Amino acid sequence: MFRTVVLAFSLLSTILLQSDQRSSAQVEPGANVVAITAKRFGFTPDHIVLKRGEPVTLRLTSQDVTHGFFVRPLKVDEVIEPGKTVDVKVDPQTAGTFTVICHHFCGAGHGNMKMTITVE
Amino acid sequence: MTTRRDFVRFAGLSLGLGTIYTVAPGLHSTALGREFAGYSRHANGESVQPFTFLQLSDSHVGFNGPPDPLGIAAFERAVEVINAQPAKPDFVLFTGDLTHDSEDKDVHSQRMKQFKEIAGRIKTPKTYLVPGEHDAGLDHGQLFREHFGDTNYSFDHKGVHFIALDNVSRSKPEVGPEQIAWLKKDLSRFPLTAPIVVFTHRPLFDLRPDWEWFTSDGDDVMNLLAPYQHVTVLYGHIHRDDEYAEGHVKHYAARSLIFAFPDSATTSEKKPIAFDKENPFRNLGLRSIDVPADRAELAVRDVELTLREYSGINGIQQLTKSVIG
Repeated sequence: MFRTVVLAFSLLSTILLQSDQRSSAQVEPGANVVAITAKRFGFTPDHIVLKRGEPVTLRLTSQDVTHGFFVRPLKVDEVIEPGKTVDVKVDPQTAGTFTVICHHFCGAGHGNMKMTITVE
Repeated sequence: MTTRRDFVRFAGLSLGLGTIYTVAPGLHSTALGREFAGYSRHANGESVQPFTFLQLSDSHVGFNGPPDPLGIAAFERAVEVINAQPAKPDFVLFTGDLTHDSEDKDVHSQRMKQFKEIAGRIKTPKTYLVPGEHDAGLDHGQLFREHFGDTNYSFDHKGVHFIALDNVSRSKPEVGPEQIAWLKKDLSRFPLTAPIVVFTHRPLFDLRPDWEWFTSDGDDVMNLLAPYQHVTVLYGHIHRDDEYAEGHVKHYAARSLIFAFPDSATTSEKKPIAFDKENPFRNLGLRSIDVPADRAELAVRDVELTLREYSGINGIQQLTKSVIG
């Protein structure tokens, strides 16, 4: 069952920023942030909705092993190591529903580890 | 630079099992053959001698359960079929996912030993392997190398250059810069007219990225291969036959020996094709490849396994009883 998260606008607290755990660029104040957790063999939430033309930061973490986070239409290709946080900026310009897959092999159920992002 | 616009996708040719392959036609059997042999010798330094080899893929030894309850039965049936042929293939290529993964190293090791035992029954002088992500994705290929050796290498056979590429051991679908540098050096030894066969696990082009049917740096590989005039890529991973052409390069996927996936061009969800008790080996099979001397293009045939002596519900009962106990 899809658990839908409608993007909420929030100011990013600098308290949340721990630069030593970031593998990508710093998040700008005022940016929209959506937290996504990877755990064998799924993502939580498994469906999010973004607004076309509104940039967002996806905050990615893993609860167990190394996972991937790949969705070509949104130009996202990341590896999520356990214990680290990956912030990835997305600027959705095209409406549609896109499948995100784990593309870092993580075990027997890897082939079905996915979520969807709808841009409307 | 290759582009992704210039391609043709065409349906695979499926043959029933009778004689699944014949020895490739003789070198000097036709005037065209003599002409090509002379040209090949002059251009490449070595004439192409005709031969036949086979491609098997995705046996997933150790996998049991839906959608295919038969385990190694199709793999063993393929071995039986190959050995029943009147002509021996020069060699057999396995394009990955030889075994199903296990987090228990001892269990996975046992599966690799079982694969080796079954593959060792094939009457052929030589087998060549590349890993799939189920063989090498969890430990970066360490166990695979312990059992089978290097995950990328090249060799020459009767005037054709073969290149084994590993696009699974980095855990992501990619070849990696070190291997691409190795490939560039390997290719530099050959003239652009040399016949080249690349074998790997995942497709080197974007067949269906959201099904993980791609290699992220496949473009880098294809750009190195693009100047060469006679390139064939053999791969597995997608558990179905597929053919795709781009520039001078033709890509062929082999059927699996465990279960089949549907056509990604007409199906939205990645879900195995349901097991058919009446035809338990439907959509499973192997590829036969002839290297003829009288033309540069390989003759590739897709072979679907059948039960032959078994049929219908009696067949599956017999098979269950006799093959998997």
